[in-house]
This record gives sequence, structure tokens and C-alpha cells, in this order.
Amino acid sequence: MKSTDIHWFKFAAPQNFYFLAGKMWPWFAALATLLTVIGLYISFFVAPVDAQQGQGYRIIFVHVPASQLSMFIYLVMAGWAGFGLAFNTRLSGMMATALAPTGALFAFLSLVTGALWGKPMWGAWWVWDARLTSELILLFLYLGFMALQASIDDPRRADKAGAVLALVGAVNVPIIYFSVKWWNTLHQGASVSMKGSSMASTMLTGMLIMVVAFWMYAIAIILLRVRSIILERERHTDWVKNTVRAEYAVE
Amino acid sequence: MQWNSVSEFLDMGGYALYVWGSFGCTALVAVFEIWQVHAQRSAVLRNLSNELGSNADSTES
Repeated sequence: MKSTDIHWFKFAAPQNFYFLAGKMWPWFAALATLLTVIGLYISFFVAPVDAQQGQGYRIIFVHVPASQLSMFIYLVMAGWAGFGLAFNTRLSGMMATALAPTGALFAFLSLVTGALWGKPMWGAWWVWDARLTSELILLFLYLGFMALQASIDDPRRADKAGAVLALVGAVNVPIIYFSVKWWNTLHQGASVSMKGSSMASTMLTGMLIMVVAFWMYAIAIILLRVRSIILERERHTDWVKNTVRAEYAVE
Repeated sequence: MQWNSVSEFLDMGGYALYVWGSFGCTALVAVFEIWQVHAQRSAVLRNLSNELGSNADSTES
């Protein structure tokens, strides 16, 4: 191993990652706050009214980021879980466990904001459309992953069982993504593609800023959650005992 | 600026329930998750410090 490789693997140790995450999360939280303020300002005061959907289209500024993150967090979760299964690294399982609740909440938000958008535009809160149904399955996959992990007492076995479920369920993500192309769906197609965007440029800017804001929020909250998980799972180590004593000495 | 009055802004062109409902739900979910993460951290710290306390007692007795 080259000496330059060591620095990366150093942070794969839960102890090091605990302190690194503690230093990083405030920065992501600050960025999330700043970008949310800018994004909301553009969403309501800069982006023009939509020619077809009137002011109702403004739901896009929360619906698209929530939906995108619900899918991407699942892939990251499955990636960590798969990595843990292959290399038996401790941090991987903790990361997968920390990602699941945030992903589930974004999937839930995607469905709720979608229903609130569907009612005025399509006349129905819910339709059994390919896009909507596959997103609902994504929420169930998250809930299944969390329930399965919670039902197994040994964390290492819980990681392995969860990893298999996460990896098998990953096939659903491309199905959600391409559903609007593969099937005739009520859900509109992608507004942004490689060929360009069908939106006004300020609408697009607002949406992209909101996407990045949601990203920063997700990173901050996941780093915070993984810190608790690390403490709990490494409870028998000296560094955790010292950390807990130090936390209580301050109070 | 595209709004002539506050009431026009709140009305969202007749889509008030849907637009504010979406942004409101998103805000509620974020507040809930931030609370949950903090509650989880205090619970873990409390449990671990109790364990440390009881370990200390058992070695003394």
C-alpha cells in the first residue's frame, strides 16, 4: 500500500469518522440554511408563473428535490450496504442504517407533495401510475429495510440481512427513473434532460438551488445520525467511554 | 416582483392549499427529523452514561 492511500482509510474507522462528522455537519447545515433561503426567494419571487399550471407549479421546488433525493439516497444506502457485505467494514453498515430514515422521509414527502400536485392538475390525489406506484414501492423498501434491521438484535447480522434487501431493492430505482419513458404515464416526463431544459431559466435555477439545499440538509442530518449510531455500536470501546464522560463533564 | 398584494401571494392563484400544503409538509418533516436526531443522540448518551455509572458501582461493591 502506498503511503498516500492510508489517509483515506483512516476515516473508515468509526472512531475517526465520528470526530470528522462532528466537524463537518455544521458546515453542511449552514449551507443548507443559506441555500434554502435563496431557493425559497427564487421559488416565490423570481420564478415566473407557469403558462399551463399557473402558480400551482411552484410545488416543483420541493417535489423534485425530495423525489430525486429519495432515489439517490437509496442507491448510496445500497452502495454502503453492498460494500459492507463484500469487505465487512464496520462503518458501512452504520452509514446504511443512518441513511434509511432520511431516504424514507424524502420518499414520503415525494408522495405527499405529488398528491398535492396531482389533485389540482389531474383531478386525483392518487393514481396507480407506473411512476407513483414505483415510488410507493421505494417507500416500502426503506420501511422494510428499517424494520428488518430493527428486528435483528446482533448489529452485524442486521447489517448483512439489510444489505441483501437493499441490494435486491436497488433494481426499483431505475424503474422509477425511467418509468415515464417506458410506460404511458399520467406523470409528466423529465423537465430537465441532457438535451436541455423545457423550463424558464429562473425556474430551473430555483429548482437546482433547492436540490442542492436538500442535499446539504441530507448530508448534515445523516452525519448527525451516524454519530449516535457509532457511539451505540462502539459502546464497549475505551474511546466511546471517554467521549461519553467528556460529554457529561461539560454539562 | 410578481405579487400585487400579500393576499394575492397567499392565494397562490387559487392553489393555496396545494402549494402551502407541500411547502408546509416539507417544513414539518424537516423539523420532525431534526428533533428525532437530537432525541436519539441524547438517548444514546444517557444510556451509555448510565451503563458507565452502573459498571463503576459493580466494581466498587
